[in-house]
Amino acid sequence: MYTEKVMEHFANPRNVGEIEEASGVGEVGNASCGDIMRISIQVEDNIIKDIKFKTFGCGAAIATSSVCTELVKGKSIDEALELTNQAVADALGGLPPAKMHCSNLAAEALHEAIADYKAKQGKE
Amino acid sequence: MQPVYMDHGATTPVHPEVVKAMVETMEKSFGNPSSVHAFGREARKLLDEARASVASLMGASPEQIIFTSGGTEADNMAIFGAARGMRLKGKGNHIITSAVEHHAVLDACKALEKEGFEVTILPVDEDGQVHVEELEKALRDDTVLVTIMHANNEVGTIQPIQELARLAKARGAVFHTDAVQSFGKIPVDVNELGVDLLSASAHKIYGPKGVGCLYIAKGVKLTPLSYGGSQERRRRPGTENLPGIVGFGKAALISQAEMQAEAERLTRYRDRLIDGLMELPHVKLNGHRTNRLPQNVNLSFHFIEGESLLLMLDMKGIAASSGSACTSGSLDPSHVLLAMGLSHEIAHGSLRLTLGRGNSEEDVDYILNTIPEIVERLRALSPLYEGKEAVTSCTQRR
Repeated sequence: MYTEKVMEHFANPRNVGEIEEASGVGEVGNASCGDIMRISIQVEDNIIKDIKFKTFGCGAAIATSSVCTELVKGKSIDEALELTNQAVADALGGLPPAKMHCSNLAAEALHEAIADYKAKQGKE
Repeated sequence: MQPVYMDHGATTPVHPEVVKAMVETMEKSFGNPSSVHAFGREARKLLDEARASVASLMGASPEQIIFTSGGTEADNMAIFGAARGMRLKGKGNHIITSAVEHHAVLDACKALEKEGFEVTILPVDEDGQVHVEELEKALRDDTVLVTIMHANNEVGTIQPIQELARLAKARGAVFHTDAVQSFGKIPVDVNELGVDLLSASAHKIYGPKGVGCLYIAKGVKLTPLSYGGSQERRRRPGTENLPGIVGFGKAALISQAEMQAEAERLTRYRDRLIDGLMELPHVKLNGHRTNRLPQNVNLSFHFIEGESLLLMLDMKGIAASSGSACTSGSLDPSHVLLAMGLSHEIAHGSLRLTLGRGNSEEDVDYILNTIPEIVERLRALSPLYEGKEAVTSCTQRR
């Protein structure tokens, strides 16, 4: 049911963990749905220097989180904001239809993290 | 890597002797059991023998067994047949079932609601057990059918069928039990249990898929689901699936011979798995500790999700199942685990291992060695696990 790319990211997830003193943190989903994604970013000069994730969820949830971090690491905030859930799924060679809705939240978590970063910037 | 199949609750490998009997039937006994000639008579003989074998494993008479396409059809035949039949006789339109039934039962009852039946769903306790007092409270003068499974497919909990059936029948209701998971695994005797209707399936006992049966006690009237020829005493018309039925008969014979020793062996494995895995921190046993099927292990691992666990196990060659939403085919996790009072989060992290004939002591060792590292890996990925590491190391030190 999953593509090889999904299984590869699931088996060897990239950028797992949490950035201490992150520039921004985003979390979406809830445990009762079976999916929670938390993404933390470190931003320097408007560039995502580092990004890490932690995910509670199914294979698709873990793989989308992993590939999402890979897609935006080193990219500018503006570029990262253009990333969509669909683009994340496409980068994995697609997801089963049932997974598109509930387990494909990584771009949202990323956008939350960027919003958190911007809110913090505004305060400074 | 030697694959370890521990999903016998889903289906079982077909026993080689069953395969042999089925192939022989297809090659040599292709006749229609309804035909008068020698080909037909040969087929009829095989059909009769298989019926006797299946009947014998549940203490029934051969004529009380109706072959079906499987457990689901048997459940539907029993529930629709009894409910509609009883209503035709003016007995009422109230049905009682339990919250942990297989969907073949729950959805059939739901469909009957649309026909004007009223359905009461009995709750279960935290072990998944239906209490006799709950049935006592729910029974009414217009209750026509009570359907409660013998042993649960997900958590293995065995229900007090004898008491439940006695109570229901004393109030004039028909009593059906889905014995798909227990038949051939633990003693199932229709007279001892006192049931009117009992469903069983071949592919859970090393027989082929696509064949099952319904036991119908004498005097119990069912309206048929389909109409046609005179096969299966008109209760299930259509030319019989003879190779499948012969396979079912053979599987029943083998189960009867091996059941006791096999139940003892699998209970030992089951208890090793439960005790071994419960040593990990933040693990919960689902289902009754002792009053459960010999082959069933069901545990919830906190902070991780079941499908991820299954995929990781699969990469290690271990085949298992889970009650997580991703594996239930809906957005919600298993209705059985939720009915037992588990939170969504804990239900998502459930793992079911169901043992069977092919499993060995080494398989149990392999699983006990493999699961801890997988659970640890997934917990390291989980945002829910934070702050729990300290607890883990304390437990490990102990």
